[in-house]
Amino acid sequence: MLVSFRWLTSYVDVEASPNEVADRLTMAGLEVEGVEDRYPHLKKVIAVRITDVAKHPRADRLMLCRCHDGSGEYKVVCGAPNVRPGIVVPLVLPGAVLPSGVKVGEAVIRGEKSEGMLTSEKELGLGDDESGLMILPEDTNLGIPLDKALSIEDTILEISITPNRGDCLSIIGIAREVSAVFGVPLKYPEISLVETGPNIADVTKVDIKDPDKCHRYAARVIFDVTIGPSPSWMRDRLESAGIRSINNVVDVTNYVLLEMGQPLHAFDYDLLSEHRIVVKCAEEGQRFRTLDGQDRTLYSDTLLICDGAGPVAIGGVMGGENSEINPDTRRVLLESAWFNPSSIRRTSKKLRMTTEASYRFERGIDPEGVITALDRAAQLILQTAGGILAKGRIDEYPRPFVRPVLTLRVDRTNSYLGTSFSRDEMKRALQQLNMDVSDLDNGDFKVIPPTYRQDITREVDLTEEIARILGYDLIPTGHPRTVMIAHDRNEHLQLREKLKNLLKGLGCRELVTYSFISKASLERLGFTPSDVRMRPVELLNPLSEEQAVMRTSLVPGLLSTIRYNLDRENKNLRLFELSKVFLPHAGEKLPDERYHLVVGLVGKRYPIELYDAGNLDYSDIKGIAEEILGFFRLSRGVKYKRDDLPPYMDKGFSASIFVKDIFVGAVGRVHPTILERFDIEEPVWLLELDFDELFELKGPEVRFQPLPKYPFVARDLAVIADEGFPVQSVIDFLYELNNPLLERVEIFDIFRGKPVGMGKKSVGYRLIYRDKTRSLTDEEVNKIHAEVAEQVVSRFGLQLR
Amino acid sequence: MKDIVQQILREAFEELDRANSDIKAIDKVRVKYLGRKGRLTELFKQLGGLPKEKRPEIGKVLNEAREQLEKALGDAIARAKTASLEVSGDFDITIPGRRPLVGRLHPITQTARDICQIFVQMGFEVVEGPEVELDYYNFEALNIPKDHPARDMQDTFYVSEEVVLRTHTSPIQVRVMEARKPPIQIIAPGKAYRCDSDMTHTPMFHQVEGLMVGKDVSFADLKGVLTLFVHQMFGPHVGVRFRPSFFPFTEPSAEVDIQCVICGGKGCRVCSYTGWLEILGSGMVDPAVFEMVGYDPEQVTGFAFGMGIERIAMLRWGIDDLRLFFDNDVRFLDQFF
Repeated sequence: MLVSFRWLTSYVDVEASPNEVADRLTMAGLEVEGVEDRYPHLKKVIAVRITDVAKHPRADRLMLCRCHDGSGEYKVVCGAPNVRPGIVVPLVLPGAVLPSGVKVGEAVIRGEKSEGMLTSEKELGLGDDESGLMILPEDTNLGIPLDKALSIEDTILEISITPNRGDCLSIIGIAREVSAVFGVPLKYPEISLVETGPNIADVTKVDIKDPDKCHRYAARVIFDVTIGPSPSWMRDRLESAGIRSINNVVDVTNYVLLEMGQPLHAFDYDLLSEHRIVVKCAEEGQRFRTLDGQDRTLYSDTLLICDGAGPVAIGGVMGGENSEINPDTRRVLLESAWFNPSSIRRTSKKLRMTTEASYRFERGIDPEGVITALDRAAQLILQTAGGILAKGRIDEYPRPFVRPVLTLRVDRTNSYLGTSFSRDEMKRALQQLNMDVSDLDNGDFKVIPPTYRQDITREVDLTEEIARILGYDLIPTGHPRTVMIAHDRNEHLQLREKLKNLLKGLGCRELVTYSFISKASLERLGFTPSDVRMRPVELLNPLSEEQAVMRTSLVPGLLSTIRYNLDRENKNLRLFELSKVFLPHAGEKLPDERYHLVVGLVGKRYPIELYDAGNLDYSDIKGIAEEILGFFRLSRGVKYKRDDLPPYMDKGFSASIFVKDIFVGAVGRVHPTILERFDIEEPVWLLELDFDELFELKGPEVRFQPLPKYPFVARDLAVIADEGFPVQSVIDFLYELNNPLLERVEIFDIFRGKPVGMGKKSVGYRLIYRDKTRSLTDEEVNKIHAEVAEQVVSRFGLQLR
Repeated sequence: MKDIVQQILREAFEELDRANSDIKAIDKVRVKYLGRKGRLTELFKQLGGLPKEKRPEIGKVLNEAREQLEKALGDAIARAKTASLEVSGDFDITIPGRRPLVGRLHPITQTARDICQIFVQMGFEVVEGPEVELDYYNFEALNIPKDHPARDMQDTFYVSEEVVLRTHTSPIQVRVMEARKPPIQIIAPGKAYRCDSDMTHTPMFHQVEGLMVGKDVSFADLKGVLTLFVHQMFGPHVGVRFRPSFFPFTEPSAEVDIQCVICGGKGCRVCSYTGWLEILGSGMVDPAVFEMVGYDPEQVTGFAFGMGIERIAMLRWGIDDLRLFFDNDVRFLDQFF
């Protein structure tokens, strides 16, 4: 909210600078986000007296003026019709920027130097007159900034009002806070009305059909008004709050809204059928044109203000075009009402209309302020538009406000805050906020908050007010008496964090990508329509199609990030993301949130060209997979298969990974046609794992294995196999033999070439034999190894080399 | 014979001395004396021609001589190798190292860990919760009813009437309180979502939520715990202030500001010339929230707080654009060891 400091201080006489007030308000919970000069452009405008006017030698319509500011002289070229010696006028100095955006500099106009510019009031943003120079009073102080010279200096405070403080959405509301914080009295405007018209009961009638939505409806009628512009003081104040002037009657309603926080509406009395008001709900689908010219379709819970025939306003939101104040309006019916906040909010949301009125009604206005505001507006209309006020007012009040009576326990308040405030301090703080405080026999207080504080309904609300007014700074900095709590080890989280550390150690950089993706990016991965991953959680109100569904796969985010980096010449990439995917969960309201891991490798194995180690390949990504499976204490039970590959994997160079026959992920190359859909030309090596599945399947805790005391004996086994022969199968087979002396098997060589033959490869296995209790002899190892080799050859039909 | 051996050995040592640190010259000495036709080698060949009884004695002398010379040659070569490089400086000590590939953890992960670590030290437990959340946990149970203007404070992504993307990590508070009895001391990191995207907002961001509930937990305790946090996170001399604010689920509520870490409180662009930076929201748990989870607000009190991880990371490293966190440009990621 924009608050003119000058306007504010007309209600509360505080001896403090705008910045001091801003600081104190901020520390009392009204955050002042900006303290700005109201007229920054007038800092470079001064009042000067024109001492001499002469014709411009080379321009008929221009004059050369000498101006004096009390200490020095300025020569200015001017073309205004009313320029003449002796008058006091504003001079815009070089460097000033006018509200129109025009930047004034020193100029040479047709060969004559001009040290500034003489202007109209319109150009200075001080009025509408643009016919000639703004002529200032004779006694204006010369040579000082114009806002000061005219005594109109002002500062605008930009205050952020939290949703609980509807009472602060007005200048008087803010003034009340200033009054409480500084402990200075508040001056309300004086209201006195002369009622010379007919009795109101004879000219109108209000009928509230829906008292739950409209607790109170008050009205006055004013005859014989003259619609015209508002006086400049009023326009100035409206403008300070960013509200455009319309006409005197409408301006008054806006003015009182700003001043007191009570939204008002003025109807053209003669446009109200039967000159009466009925408050009731709309019919579903009913159409109505609001005064902004928009046709609105209403709901059965939209509260309408109607006349004898039909709707004339959407209650608490906006008036109708059919009854608005217009230049011919002679008679005015003024409305001041209290509408149910949640009803107004529902309507405002459904109709997508947020107005100054609805914003305040939603936040709760003062039910007892309805009449004050009505009278204040009537007074100002009489003052600015003339007219005769009907006697009395309508005040239909079917749901009178019941003021809460609260008990404040002094000890409880201190223990809640951790303070030792005295009774008197608490009482004073509450009284500064206009609370009605009385002593109870037990030393506690009975407190009745003012009616505008609709947010204070409980003892804890009073506690907050005390803390706020006495100051959070006075609350000591304590240390809780903690209790030792033995809580569960969050093993899932711990393992995730350890896995991230591992991936960092494996040279991968962690990504954090958006959880929402486009549905199209899932299609691009090639999922069939029946795949669960094609049934993502969809957002009802996404920011864009690109972020419309919750991801069912981390792959699109990874590929997009690869693409983003390749575009920036970041060519060698090792990336991972360990995060959630969101899968549909049959029969549940919430999706199944599972952690997945993706790792993507692109480019060279080693990024420094000097030590080039060739391009990344399948073995690089599979090595990472093996390391991670080892981390989960899984390795011997892992199977790599060609079945059940995700649709985006290249069948030729990819494997699905199974642990105990359960699919846990895939490793290999992303299919080039899929990459093409993501605009990627380089091969991408991908590992995708279901973390949650691995978490369930993970092997037993590490058990220490004693280090061997006796040496091993190694024997090699070289076989010739078909090119497609899975080399791992021999290893698996050997382990399945469960020979206690066979410690491990590794492949030390895979060779292709002439002696082996086309379409064949030679595979060298190294078998490590060891007995934990003694040294093995060559003879016994030779015997065992020969048997083992024979079993391998016959099992797989391989040829020994 | 003995004398001849000693003579040859003497000559060999003299030549070795002259060879100095010249590896080639040293090798010449080796060949001349110990090579296949070397002078000592020749003497070995003559052993067979000596009388049987003399052979062991002379053999011993010869062997000793050979060992002496071999050792001297070995030492000379080792010395020469070191000396030559030291002297010539041919070995380039500035060649680039073969840096092992080490990755990076995302700055958000690093910051979340550091924040959690501070609270874990104080006895808080790390817990988590769902990101797609029931409206009930995200709003209603936190004292934000439907049709309440407080809902405007957070632009919400909806999945259905009842289901939202959590707009803060606060629903975790409720889930934990529903499941347990006090005392509770938890810290909850995670993603949150709001329907907002501009220079200073991304539709997804990260928060850490904290909650402490027990007997006689007071606002002063809140101030103590959060001041301790700020001092551990930003340094022991950073000023902290608690400013009244409003959150529907806390009463009283406080924004916590720290003295601007960029300008030291003098005022700069980052702190909008106020000298203060808002870093977290906090407050005493509203009794209405306790009632929703079946706690008696007369028996237990507590405080809660929440902070944006990106915000803290930005202040800590001087990152000036929020969106960098989600672009994942590796030149950005690589900066955070």
